Amino acid sequence: MTEPLVFRFNVDGSDFTSAGQASVHVKKNLRELGLPPEIIRRVSIAMYEGEINMVIHANGGVAEVIVSEDAVEIVLKDQGPGIPNVEQAMQEGFSTAPSSVQSLGFGAGMGLPNMKRYTDTMEIETEVGVGTTIRMKIFLK
Amino acid sequence: MTVRELLEQGFTEVTIPEPDREIRGAYMGDLLSWVMGRCREDAAWLTIMSNVNVIAVASLANPAVVVLTEGVTLPDEIRILAESKGVNVVSTELPSYEAAVELSKLIS
Repeated sequence: MTEPLVFRFNVDGSDFTSAGQASVHVKKNLRELGLPPEIIRRVSIAMYEGEINMVIHANGGVAEVIVSEDAVEIVLKDQGPGIPNVEQAMQEGFSTAPSSVQSLGFGAGMGLPNMKRYTDTMEIETEVGVGTTIRMKIFLK
Repeated sequence: MTVRELLEQGFTEVTIPEPDREIRGAYMGDLLSWVMGRCREDAAWLTIMSNVNVIAVASLANPAVVVLTEGVTLPDEIRILAESKGVNVVSTELPSYEAAVELSKLIS
C-alpha cells in the first residue's frame, strides 16, 4: 500500500484575485499523477467552489487534497462564522453572499450544491462562531 | 473550427496562446459557479464577465476559448494572466445572443 499524497494550501481570504489558485495547482498536480480527466474536473470544481466560499464567507482557510489509491479527498477548514442552517445552505439558489461579490459572478447559491453534485461523499461540520470543516471524497474506482 | 479561424469571422483577438484548439459546442453564462459546473471542455464560453475569476474558471473548466460579448474587453493585467495560463480569449461587439447565433452557424 503506497502512502497517500497530501497537497496543502493556505487560501488567502483577503481578495478575489488569488481565489482559485489552489484549485488550479491541484488540477495541475492531479494531471501529473495521470488521473482521469473527469475525476480531475470534479475535484477542481468542488475545490474551487470551496475556495470561493472560504474567501467570501470565512476570510480564508486551509485546503488539503489527499490522493490515495481509491479516492481523492478534499478537506476545507476555516475559522469563519459557521453555517447556521446547513439544510438551507445546501439548497440551490440560497445565498448569503454580499451583493458586491454577486457583481463578480459569484453568490448564486450554487457553491455547496455544486460541491455535493461533483463529489461522491460530502460531510459538513460547522459551529456558529467557530468555523466550518468540509470533507469531500471522489472515488477512483 | 479552431480558435484561430474565429478571427477570420469577425471575432477580435484579446489573447490567443493556443490558436489551434478545436471548438466543440458553446456555453453562455455569467454566473461562474453555473459555468464551472456546466460548461463543457473545448466549448466556446460566451460571457460579459471580465474579472480575474473568469480566467480561474476558464483554467479549470477548460473551454477552448472565452468569447467576451457586448464589446466587453479585458483589463491589461488580466489579459496577461490569461496568456500565461494558456487561456484563449476573443471579443465581439455583438450582443450575447447574436454572438451565440453567429457561433452556432460557424461551429455546426
